[in-house]
Amino acid sequence: MTGIADAPTRASAVDDANARRLIDLVFRARELGIVAVLALLVLVTALIEPRFVDLTNVQFILVDATIFALLALGETMVVLTRNVDLSIGSVLGLSAFLSADLFGHHHGISIVLVFVVGSAIGVACGLVNGFLTVVGRVPSLVVTLAMLYILRGIDTLVVGGGQVVASSLPNSFIDIPRRTVLGLPLLAIVVAVVIGAGAYYLRSFRSGRELYAIGSNPDAARLAGIPASRRVFTAFVISGGIAGIAGVLYAARYGTIDSTAGSGYELQVIAAVVVGGVAIFGGSGSAVGAAFGALLLNTILSALYVLGVSPFWNQAIAGGLLLGAIALDRGISLQLAAALRRRRTHLGA
Amino acid sequence: MGRGLRERIDSLVRWEVGLGFALVAVIVFGIIASSQFLTSFNLFYLNLSIGEIAIMTLPMTLLIVTGEIDLSVASILGMSSALLGDLYSHGWSMPLVIVVVLAVGAVAGWVNGFLVTRVGLPSLAVTIGTLTLYRGIAVVILGPSTISTFPARYTNVGVTTLPHTGGYLSYSVGIFIVLAVAFAVALHATAFGRSLFVMGANEEAARYAGIRVKRTKLTLFVVSGMVCALAGVLYTFRLSTAVQNNGIGLELNVVTIVLLGGVSIFGGRGTIVGVVLATAVFAGLQNALFLTNFQQSAMGVVTGTLLLLSVLIPNLSAFAERGRDLLRRRQLGAARGARAREAAP
Repeated sequence: MTGIADAPTRASAVDDANARRLIDLVFRARELGIVAVLALLVLVTALIEPRFVDLTNVQFILVDATIFALLALGETMVVLTRNVDLSIGSVLGLSAFLSADLFGHHHGISIVLVFVVGSAIGVACGLVNGFLTVVGRVPSLVVTLAMLYILRGIDTLVVGGGQVVASSLPNSFIDIPRRTVLGLPLLAIVVAVVIGAGAYYLRSFRSGRELYAIGSNPDAARLAGIPASRRVFTAFVISGGIAGIAGVLYAARYGTIDSTAGSGYELQVIAAVVVGGVAIFGGSGSAVGAAFGALLLNTILSALYVLGVSPFWNQAIAGGLLLGAIALDRGISLQLAAALRRRRTHLGA
Repeated sequence: MGRGLRERIDSLVRWEVGLGFALVAVIVFGIIASSQFLTSFNLFYLNLSIGEIAIMTLPMTLLIVTGEIDLSVASILGMSSALLGDLYSHGWSMPLVIVVVLAVGAVAGWVNGFLVTRVGLPSLAVTIGTLTLYRGIAVVILGPSTISTFPARYTNVGVTTLPHTGGYLSYSVGIFIVLAVAFAVALHATAFGRSLFVMGANEEAARYAGIRVKRTKLTLFVVSGMVCALAGVLYTFRLSTAVQNNGIGLELNVVTIVLLGGVSIFGGRGTIVGVVLATAVFAGLQNALFLTNFQQSAMGVVTGTLLLLSVLIPNLSAFAERGRDLLRRRQLGAARGARAREAAP
C-alpha cells in the first residue's frame, strides 16, 4: 500500500529536481550569454580601435559602469518583487547636489559624514516610495513616476540657477573615483564586493529569497506567511539609500552638479537590469546579472563612442536593448515552460 | 448585482461632482491670484498651454480603462516633431509631411501594441522601453539642430484663435473638444466602449465572452500613436520649432490628468467627462500658479503631488473600511476570548 502511494511522490520529487536543474541551467546560460556578448564586444572593438583597451579607457568605463551597477543592485531588489522604482535618477540628483553642497558650507567636513548624509537623503525618499506603495496601496509605477518629478522639482527649487563646481570640492573627495589598486579602480572593486554581498543575500538569506517569492506570486507569498508588505517596503528603502550613495559618488566623479544631474538615469538602469536577466514581471534574476547588464550597456556606449558613432545614438540603443531583452526573456520563459510541460507529461506517461 | 452597479455609478458621480467643485475652487483661486485670470488673452494662453496634453489624454483614457498604459506618448510627440522638422527642411511639401508623420505615429503605436498583445509583454515595460527608444530616434533625427523655418500659414494654426469663438479657443483645444466628443461616444455609447470596460475589469472573462481582446488593444495603441503624432504636429506649429526634446516629460501630465479624472489605474473604470473636467482643473491650476509667479521648473512638484493624491484619495474609503474591519475583528476576538474564559473553568 505504502509503496504504491509513495511511487508518484518519488517520481514527482525526481521530476522537480530535474525541473530545477533545467531552470538553473537556463538562467546560468542567460548570464553567461551577457558575459560572452561583453567579451565579443570588447574583442571586436579592440581589433578595430586598439585605443579602446587602453588602461585609462578601461578605468573610465569601469568607474562609469560602477555607478550604474550600484543603482542596478537597488533596482533589482525592487523589480524582483514585481515593482519598479522610477525615482532613482531624481534621488541621485538631489543627493548629489545636497551632499556636495555641504563641502562649500562646512569647510573640512568629513567625507564619511557626507556619504552618511547622501544615503540618508536616499533612505528618506525610499521611505516615502515604500510607504505610499505598501500602505497607500498605490501601484509603484504611479508612486515613483510622481516622485521622479516631485524630487526633480524640489531639486530645481533648491539648486535654483546655481551649481556646485569641482573647485569647491576637496581633492580627497574628487580622488575617490580615481584611486586605483593594481590598475583597477578601487571604487569598482568596492562596488563589486557590495554587489557580491547583495547577490549572496538575495540568493541565500531567507528574507532575500522571500523577495523572489513575492515577485513570482504576491498572493501566494502572502498566504504562505511571508511579510510581503514589509519586504517590499524594505526593498524601496534600500533602493533609495543606494541611489543616495550613488549621488555622492556621482558628485565625486563629475565634480560639476546642477539641477539636471542624473536625469534619465532610471531608464538606463532599468535597461541594464532587464538586459542583465532580471525579469520585469519580478521573481527571477540576480544582482550579478544586473551588474553585468550595467557594464555591458556602458561598454556598448563607450565602444560606439570610440568607433566614432555619434553619442546621439545612445538613447535609441538603450531603448532598443531594453525592448530586445524583455522580448528575449519572454521567449525563453515560454520555451522553458513548454519544455517543463513536455517533461512532466513524458514522466507521467 | 443591481445594487453593486448603482453603488459604482454613485461613486463615479461623486468623483465627478468633486472635480466640479475643484474646478470652481481653481477658478476662484485664479481670480484671487490675479486680475488677469479671466481675460480672454490669458484664457487663450491657458488653451495653448494645455491643448496637446489634453489631446493625448483621450487615447490614454481608453488604454488605462482596458488595464494597459502608454508611457511613450511624449516621446512619440517628440519623435513626430523631429520628423516633421527634418522632412520639411528637406523640401517635402507640408501636407505630405503631416500625412507621413501621422503614419509614423501609427506605426510607433503599432509597435507598442504588437509587443504588448502579440509578444505578451507588460505594457508598462514595453512603453518604458519605447519612451527611451522613440526619444532616442528623435535625437538621432535632429541631433543638436533646431528647425524653425516653418511657413506662417501653418504656424498660425498654433498661435491664432479659432474663428467664431470670441478669441478664447485655440485650434488645439478645438480639436480636443471634437475628439473628446468622438471618444466619449465611442467609450460610453457603443458596444466597443462597453467591451473596453469588460477587458479592464476581467480580461479572461472578456475573452470567454468572445471579445477580441488582443485586436482591440492593438487598435487602441495604434490610435494612441496617431493621436500623439497629431499632438506633435500641433506642438511644433505652436512653438514653430522642432527640437529633439520637444514635449519631454509630458507623459506625467497626461497620466496625472487621466487618473485625476477618476479613471482607475487598475482598469475597468472611468469616464471621458471626468477626464475633461480634470483637464480643466489641471490647466486652470497650472495657469493660476503661473500668474502668481510660481517657479515653472518646479511645476513637477505640483503635478506629481496631484498624481499621488488622485490615486490615494479613492483608496481612502478602502482604508476606512479596512480599519473598521480590523476593529470589528478585534472586538469579535475579545468577545470570543471572554466566552472561552467563561467556559474554561
